[in-house]
Amino acid sequence: MSGGGTRGDADARATAEEEVWRILARVPDPEIPVLSVVDLGIIRHVRSQGGRIHVGVAPTYSGCPATEVIRGLIERQLRAEGLTAQIEDVLSPPWSSDWISDEGRRKLKAFGIAPPEKTVTRVHHLFAAPVVACPRCDSTHTERVSEFGSTPCKAHYRCLECAEPFDHFKCI
Amino acid sequence: MSAALQPDRDARPDEERFRYVLRLADTSLVLGQRLGEWVGHAPALEEDLGLANLSLDLIGQARLLLTYAGELEGRGRDEDQLAFLRDGVDFCNVTLAEQPNGDFARTVVRQCLLDGWQLELYSELQRSTDRRLAEIAAKALKETQYHFRYSAGWLVRLGDGTAESRQRVQNALDELWRFTAELFAADMIDEEMTTRGVGPDLTELRPRWLARIDAVLKEATLTRPADVSHPWHGKRGQHSEHLGYLLAEMQFLQRTYPGSQW
Repeated sequence: MSGGGTRGDADARATAEEEVWRILARVPDPEIPVLSVVDLGIIRHVRSQGGRIHVGVAPTYSGCPATEVIRGLIERQLRAEGLTAQIEDVLSPPWSSDWISDEGRRKLKAFGIAPPEKTVTRVHHLFAAPVVACPRCDSTHTERVSEFGSTPCKAHYRCLECAEPFDHFKCI
Repeated sequence: MSAALQPDRDARPDEERFRYVLRLADTSLVLGQRLGEWVGHAPALEEDLGLANLSLDLIGQARLLLTYAGELEGRGRDEDQLAFLRDGVDFCNVTLAEQPNGDFARTVVRQCLLDGWQLELYSELQRSTDRRLAEIAAKALKETQYHFRYSAGWLVRLGDGTAESRQRVQNALDELWRFTAELFAADMIDEEMTTRGVGPDLTELRPRWLARIDAVLKEATLTRPADVSHPWHGKRGQHSEHLGYLLAEMQFLQRTYPGSQW
């Protein structure tokens, strides 16, 4: 890693990196388009080095088919802005739903998806499901239909109060 | 970075480490392929999704491991070449992973035994001296935790269920238990990796795995079968007759149309 460079170089780098973060905040998650990749907490670093942009991306689930689409979307968006980026996989530490921003949680709920609980609580008991509030009527009188839903990151719930089915973004 | 900070690597390609990582990869890949066979056939839509989700995770983990194995081998083989262009004798998954799905009970038993094993294994591997392997293990562990919750949950439900469901899971357990000894039988590669701090001592994993499985079997009111000495050596490429059929289906496209892409 280079420790050299003038103060001006450092400022230019910081400005370039901030610009990349702003661009990334407009790249949607392909499966939950109300969330940006920044909201989702999968962008682990942005570094401007020697005229190249390095973007570190953490996969949510190791088999998530959206991972490659996301890489493509990031590259395309940056290219449209005249930037060439190198995408780097960041496995460690493993992504956690705790990294979804507060803004992301608000957007999820408004979209009808119950956001993950903020603190990872391990459920040890067989069949025990976390209590999740309905994103529409806020009732906690809900039940889990299936731990596995429409995508790897979601479980399927239904509200017993307003009778609406909904997705819960799982806590991992 | 100075040379002293580099992980311990021999100058020659690290054959043992390559084999070790390939075994982990193949077990996940073969088990993932088996679970994928349930898509569209599971007893209920929720289980169809559940098994497909587990399959997806396992194949994702296999991809990370295969890519790393290919780099260790240093012959330019990537994840696809390793998955689709190797013959059965070159696969080194544990024999339990390739056993046919049978009925849902049998799939649940196979899954629970292997999920419990991967839980213990990845818990240890996340502290491996091999940093890349430790990172993959830490990622896989998060997913394996809910895999085990799913399979153990079903084992209890079926075991402590109707006479019919109980009989079916007990039969599956009796049939599959003989494959579990291989999970803890260390050979020269395992021992070498243990010595180098890459992998755990498999014999030490067994009591912890057994305690975990026993707790589930107790709640499921099932009886643990007697141990048998194992003649299975899937890890060394000596497989049951079932692997060939699985590979024929999995590899068909790349074998017939080499290099084809989406």
